[in-house]
Amino acid sequence: MADFEIKDLRASVEGKEILKGVTLAINKGEVHAVMGPNGSGKSTLSHTLMGHPGYTVDGGEVIFKGQNVLALEPDERARLGMFLALQYPVVVPGISMTNFLRTALNAKRGYDGKDKSKQVTPKEFRSLLKSELEVLHMDDSFLPRYINDGFSGGEKKRAEILQMAILKPEIAILDETDSGLDIDSIKFVADAVNRMRGPDLGVLIITHYTRILQFIKPDFVHVLVDGKFVLSGGPEIADRLEKTGYSEWAEADEPAVLKPEEVA
Amino acid sequence: MATVPKVDVGTDYKEKYGFFVPEEYVFKAKRGLNPEIVKEISWMKQEPEWMTKMRLRSLEIFRKKPMPTWGADLSVIDFENIFYYLKASDKQSKTWEELPPDIKATYDRLGVPEAERKFLAGVSAQYESEVVYHSLQKELTAKGVIFTDTDSALRDHPELFKEYFGTVIPPADNKFAALNTAVWSGGSFIYVPKGVRVDIPLQAYFRINAENMGQFERTLIICDEGSFVHYIEGCTAPIYTTDSLHSAVVEIIVKKDARCRYTTIQNWSTNVFNLVTKRAMAYADATMEWVDGNLGSQITMKYPSVYLMEPGAKGDVLSVAFAGKGQHQDAGGKMIHVAPNTTSTITSKSISKAGGRTSYRGHIKMYPDAKNSKSFVKCDALLLDDESRSDTYPYNDVDAENVTLGHEATVSKVSDEQLFYLMSRGITRSEAETMIVNGFIEPFTKELPLEYAVELNRLIQLEMEGSVG
Repeated sequence: MADFEIKDLRASVEGKEILKGVTLAINKGEVHAVMGPNGSGKSTLSHTLMGHPGYTVDGGEVIFKGQNVLALEPDERARLGMFLALQYPVVVPGISMTNFLRTALNAKRGYDGKDKSKQVTPKEFRSLLKSELEVLHMDDSFLPRYINDGFSGGEKKRAEILQMAILKPEIAILDETDSGLDIDSIKFVADAVNRMRGPDLGVLIITHYTRILQFIKPDFVHVLVDGKFVLSGGPEIADRLEKTGYSEWAEADEPAVLKPEEVA
Repeated sequence: MATVPKVDVGTDYKEKYGFFVPEEYVFKAKRGLNPEIVKEISWMKQEPEWMTKMRLRSLEIFRKKPMPTWGADLSVIDFENIFYYLKASDKQSKTWEELPPDIKATYDRLGVPEAERKFLAGVSAQYESEVVYHSLQKELTAKGVIFTDTDSALRDHPELFKEYFGTVIPPADNKFAALNTAVWSGGSFIYVPKGVRVDIPLQAYFRINAENMGQFERTLIICDEGSFVHYIEGCTAPIYTTDSLHSAVVEIIVKKDARCRYTTIQNWSTNVFNLVTKRAMAYADATMEWVDGNLGSQITMKYPSVYLMEPGAKGDVLSVAFAGKGQHQDAGGKMIHVAPNTTSTITSKSISKAGGRTSYRGHIKMYPDAKNSKSFVKCDALLLDDESRSDTYPYNDVDAENVTLGHEATVSKVSDEQLFYLMSRGITRSEAETMIVNGFIEPFTKELPLEYAVELNRLIQLEMEGSVG
């Protein structure tokens, strides 16, 4: 039994079937990459795993720590140890990043306003932030800003990884974290993720392009086409996709590497 | 933004906001309203004859004026079933120690002494209809600042009082201004002399604590030339089952180059009718700022206004309204541009939940002389569910040339995307909703002193948990 098991997961959006039976086992310590062309169901997979209300589960289960997490609210999944770095992080005006991070960390630790021993202390919080900000090449000025408000694409993605670093999940799903990033930002993000890699963390990287996989080396690669895995194996699959793109699968004639003009 | 301390609603709320202290009144007037009761109030207070006459005249005006029907539904108010005057203690207390013990207990739980220790210049805490506790820091007195309850001001500063009382809001202004002038009791009186800046906010805590008791406080603030004052009133009311009426009048005069900020956070229990007239006169290059937060009450009708009387005068209204189940917050602001080069802004934020209703009602008037004046109105409404409602009623009358008038209105809902995002970080749905609402009103909260910002965030949290009223 793996630490995180997706079994025959099927899901739809607005009545349209998108995931047609996805099965995947992730152990802590492993990095899995799910690659696929546009419309293959990558975002549906990430959002369904985290419990977004716009996605309907039609079947299957996801077992984590002995529970079927599909029955849980997103916040319960998060407190259980799951994390999703969004492709498009959401703007929430009026709430500072500091307040957000502190509230989330307190929630993760089970602080409900009563048991002060579970509450993060200001000193601990500051030192935690300081070291993680350094790795991501971010400065303090970002902390009083409202959640993702006016952030550049790179800042948003780095902020996602900062949240991951603070919350220390056991299963992290990175949804197209590389999209819209310049090469420096990808490196900062990859450095931060690589630093977190280890026996306590399982990672699922969802990506269209192979580029991020040059910096975060996956142990396993799975190719998602039309809501199903069509190929699973080791990192060599990424190399193969880099050369052939998704053309092996007739309906998905898309390259898996960015054209030079697409590289930010 | 400050973090929101969690409140245990089962105990804390009742402890902190919903407690009762056994009533011990020296004098309790009869219910209802007639010239005899008005005379009795004036006699009890040993007022000069002109005030007795003014009260009686105002009662006549109140009786003649029809009930306003253009706003919220007020037809259920039974004026004959209300106490118009209560005196909680027969003498004024100068120091905390001299306060009657039950009243002291009330303020202890409200946190008045701590607040005072921290930064209060003076506390004028209205308990029932009359101010019972009042203290002034020595330096304020030395600067010539008067900060007292309105009854004492009439007694101790009769000339100053008579010069300004009823000049900004005459009794005939509206039905409820007339009612207030007839039966007013308590409130604050502030006079800031020329060139004096009061750096610490002056605060008063208000509380209604008798069933079926109307509270008709009357506040008068005079900022002489080049002066500055920030006055704060915060209200938390206990929960009652029968209707209660709060109808205050606030008059402010801001003279040349002076600035006045008036901050209110009101959290009346949800059976209170809160019908308040607030108006300021701003003269040359003077600034008047209303910061007005309305939570609680069954119906609130309140439109703080500024009359921009001379060139360069500036008026600001920043308001927040929260309407939950069975509540109607009808609030907004009025800016009357009389002179050239005057500017005004109204920023209104409203939140409706569980079938609650918020209305923005505003009036911008620019008289022919108000050349080169500017006004900007922004209303943002947040609806938390499909049953709730929000409307805007902006009225603009522009008779001047070369003026700028802007109006922007948005209505939004708490989005699924925002909720999902916060929840995906482990934050519960109710806490996430509270955060989004507090984020929405942050432009308001950041204008408040820290203690009040924390208090407001807490009140919002209680409202969001549906545990208020």
